[in-house]
Amino acid sequence: MTSPTLPSLADDSGALSELIQETVALTRRLFLQLLRRPSTLIAGILQPLIWLILFGALFANAPEGLLPGGMSYGRFLGAGVIVFTAFSGALNAGLPVMFDREFGFLNRLLVAPLRSRSSIVLASVIYITALSLLQSLAIMLTAAALGYGWPGGAGLVLVLVTLLLLVFAVTALSLGLAFALPGHIELIAVIFVANLPLLFASTALAPLSFMPSWLGWLAALNPLTFAIEPIRAAYRGPLDLSLVLLEAPYGDVTGFGCLGILVALTVGLFLLIRPLLNRKLS
Amino acid sequence: MPLIELRHLHKAYGSVVALEDLNLEVPEACLYGLLGPNGAGKTSTLRILATLLEPDSGSVQVAGIDALKQPRAVRRHLGYVAQEVAIDKILTGRELLQLQGDLYHLQRADRDQRMADLIELLAMGDWVDRRCGTYSGGMRRRLDLAAGLLHRPRLLVLDEPTVGLDIESRSAIWDLLRQLVSQGTSVLLSSHYLEEVEALADRMAIIDSGRVIAEGTPDGLKQQLGGDRVTLRVREFSDAAEADRVSALLRPLDGVRQVVVNRAQGFSLNLVIDGEAVINSVRQCLDHQGVPVFALAQSRPSLDDVYLQATGRTLMDAELALAGQRDLKQEKRQSMR
Repeated sequence: MTSPTLPSLADDSGALSELIQETVALTRRLFLQLLRRPSTLIAGILQPLIWLILFGALFANAPEGLLPGGMSYGRFLGAGVIVFTAFSGALNAGLPVMFDREFGFLNRLLVAPLRSRSSIVLASVIYITALSLLQSLAIMLTAAALGYGWPGGAGLVLVLVTLLLLVFAVTALSLGLAFALPGHIELIAVIFVANLPLLFASTALAPLSFMPSWLGWLAALNPLTFAIEPIRAAYRGPLDLSLVLLEAPYGDVTGFGCLGILVALTVGLFLLIRPLLNRKLS
Repeated sequence: MPLIELRHLHKAYGSVVALEDLNLEVPEACLYGLLGPNGAGKTSTLRILATLLEPDSGSVQVAGIDALKQPRAVRRHLGYVAQEVAIDKILTGRELLQLQGDLYHLQRADRDQRMADLIELLAMGDWVDRRCGTYSGGMRRRLDLAAGLLHRPRLLVLDEPTVGLDIESRSAIWDLLRQLVSQGTSVLLSSHYLEEVEALADRMAIIDSGRVIAEGTPDGLKQQLGGDRVTLRVREFSDAAEADRVSALLRPLDGVRQVVVNRAQGFSLNLVIDGEAVINSVRQCLDHQGVPVFALAQSRPSLDDVYLQATGRTLMDAELALAGQRDLKQEKRQSMR
């Protein structure tokens, strides 16, 4: 009883350590599941790998100079497949949460005196971010081995930041779906349906200039495109984010523009799902 | 002050009313049984107590804390063992307990010591290091009990703790619950097994159609009913006409009440008698009229009689009647977040 502020300070630091304890425990559980059932990890690497190797070979003999900047198709595709890997990995973020809802494990968590129920969401974000980045890294290494290049030091940082932004946004979306949809069948259906069209309607496989204008519009609005272009720029060489990376039908978008859109998207999605999470976890 | 105080609880799922003005007081350091058929509202009551479900109206106090305003404070005091055990099949029992310990913010050394004690107490042995997916029903329930007890709750809430278990696991759980209560933990359990509540509970409430219809000690409730139960069989298989005739003979006798023809039991007669002497006058009466007696059994009132008296039907009949009305899929959806 020395001063009224002391106990509240002690309580705050206690609160933080409790929050860390529960978040670490929940994250550890997800990683234990992954270690014992590594098929998601392997499939998440295998699928983009097949894309990279098969699709990359498809246009190996295409005429030189077909792509803007005289890039080889393999190098062009690399950026697209890296983003696709991170995207489809993060799209699965909601699945463990959905299974916990369905099998009642979530109730076990909700009966516990969690310091904050955001630790449940936080654990999912940490887990899926680590997993998606790991998968993307595996693809980047393979692309390098295939001779499709490797971004320099600054480029690597840009790749990482871009992937993180995309992963956060997609994770938010997937977690939102995991609480909004009635069961895992529906969630898997949405993931299945969303996956490929979003890949095709982006600049992952072909530049905007190859597309008819309606598809060009779609691709120029697709969040994947805003992640692909900065990464492609990082692979292309000297990094300058103030350059125009995307000549969209509605106007030119610079590297900073792409990143800005990704930030806005991430923030927007988290704000959008927050009321839903609060309601479901209250 | 009672440990648990539920006042005027109402809860409806759409048009289905689960709780209707339910009131309950559970004293401290007591093993309290909630008896009622499946679908009577027991699980809803316990889920509200465990802060998983919010009532439409009413108040919930646990250890003097308003559970609706301060659910987190209540969660610290409470261990909840749900009916359908949700475990992570891919984790070992030990990993699940470690997770549970961290969710309750136990210190590592304390947690590990407590886990060792509980593993010993529940005789889990090597099983604790195997994956939960390989557990039998009994082992799963033991793990769930260990998880519920890990943080030394003041109150342990169990929803149908022995449903579907073998006799050995059941008696092990009964012993554990008795031991807990003797060490000062309060236990609230729901059951639709009469013998479970009879064997365990210090006090009990009968729940039917979402409200408490009788409350007290099991012995007190039985004594309140008064009288002995008599089952009379005139012959092994009688018929309706004979049963009605004999019932008309017995009804006017002094000290005989509630003469009922039990069609399901070969038209035997169930009656209640007040005082030991009445059984002799029943025998004399039958003798005078030349009615044979195949069997005549007399017993103290049971909890089933208490239930019958309170609801007008036996627990078994209530189970059967409700079994057809329940939409289990719907209920699962409701319990999902």
